[in-house]
Amino acid sequence: MSTVRALLVRDIKLAWREGGAVGVALGFYLIVVAITPLGLGPDLNLLARIAPGILWVGLLLAALLSAGRIFENDYEDGTLDVLATGPVPLPVVAGVKCLAHWLSTGIPLVVLAPVLGLLLNLPMGAFPSLVLAMLAGTPAVSFIAGIGASLTLGLRRSGLLLALLVIPLYVPILIFGVSAVTPYVSGPNSVWPPFLILCALSLASVVLAPIAAAAALRTALR
Amino acid sequence: MQLPVHVSLAAHDIACERGGRTLFQGLSFTLAPGEALLVSGPNGAGKTSLLRQLAGLLPLAAGHLSVTGAEPDVPVAELCHAVGHLNATKTALTVRENLAFWADYLGEGHGDLAGALAAFGLEPLADFPAGLLSAGQKRKLALSRLYAAPRPIWLLDEPSVSLDAQAVTRLDAAIRDHLKAGGIAIVSTHVPLKTKFDHELALGPRRAA
Repeated sequence: MSTVRALLVRDIKLAWREGGAVGVALGFYLIVVAITPLGLGPDLNLLARIAPGILWVGLLLAALLSAGRIFENDYEDGTLDVLATGPVPLPVVAGVKCLAHWLSTGIPLVVLAPVLGLLLNLPMGAFPSLVLAMLAGTPAVSFIAGIGASLTLGLRRSGLLLALLVIPLYVPILIFGVSAVTPYVSGPNSVWPPFLILCALSLASVVLAPIAAAAALRTALR
Repeated sequence: MQLPVHVSLAAHDIACERGGRTLFQGLSFTLAPGEALLVSGPNGAGKTSLLRQLAGLLPLAAGHLSVTGAEPDVPVAELCHAVGHLNATKTALTVRENLAFWADYLGEGHGDLAGALAAFGLEPLADFPAGLLSAGQKRKLALSRLYAAPRPIWLLDEPSVSLDAQAVTRLDAAIRDHLKAGGIAIVSTHVPLKTKFDHELALGPRRAA
């Protein structure tokens, strides 16, 4: 247990201390959402209708921006070699590092999302379900990003390839994430089915993604 | 330093393949507790690959490794300290934080942070960010990891690179102490060390033929 805690605490500390991880993701999210109304014009009804989609797409892109770092720095400085000789299996290492990405980047993005919702005229009633849906869905975002990050390890400028690999896998999260918020915006639907599906997506990826990521890491270490 | 277990390590007919090329094959050795193995050979002979195989990072193309003395379900990699070409130091953390992480991670609650800081005289630099260390100091930080958690097998790949003469002497003494405590050391080096190696393994093109 001390092993897992040490790795988790170190990864979060590094994400906050090494510039360009959390700050860049938050800044990118802010910019993307802030320029959207400028491009669409001041139609408040239109903005309210598309707000959930913009907030989710922005969050996915911002999370991807820092996803490459989940394994890359440790791979480059040899830390991953030593982590692999540690007392916990490699899938656990991969899982803990994805969890650290969620805690250090996913949660701050979720906290920022309602603030950005104000910029897009998101109806007040939609805020709780937006935050809940994002909290339920972002673990899947971080863990699936972990698969992409481990597959693109060792490649130069792997960021774009990572996005190409991972964004298709984000489609279900996006669809159900947006539909968990839309009842408050456009129509009388229940919030719960999409919310529960988001929970299911997160739980499944928390279990399966570390196994896939560890397999990719093994190949990268060879 | 007290070792948790005394183990013997044996390799039976192991082979290594990199990119379709056989680097070596039919390699066998047996190391009892307290014995050291020197791996020598020209560049590209497979010294690093052999050490990475022992650390469980590279698959064995043939043969197998056996360890006696440890719990049967513990993989060889978990008994090994591997210090390779890369230092595995985090530039954004201080020297103390770097070693504290390894003591907690590798030591599973039995880590020894104070011992690791003292091992290569890094106490004066403890609160210094590792990114500001010189190449030699970073190397010392990587080697201090050997003391952060007790493990019976040391795999050292060119450990003396960028160390000054005094630090090489210290490293030499560290390896001897480890052997005296019943540990095993497998070292690949081009710098002559005073440690008496019980076995020497010369890798080279001729072996593979």
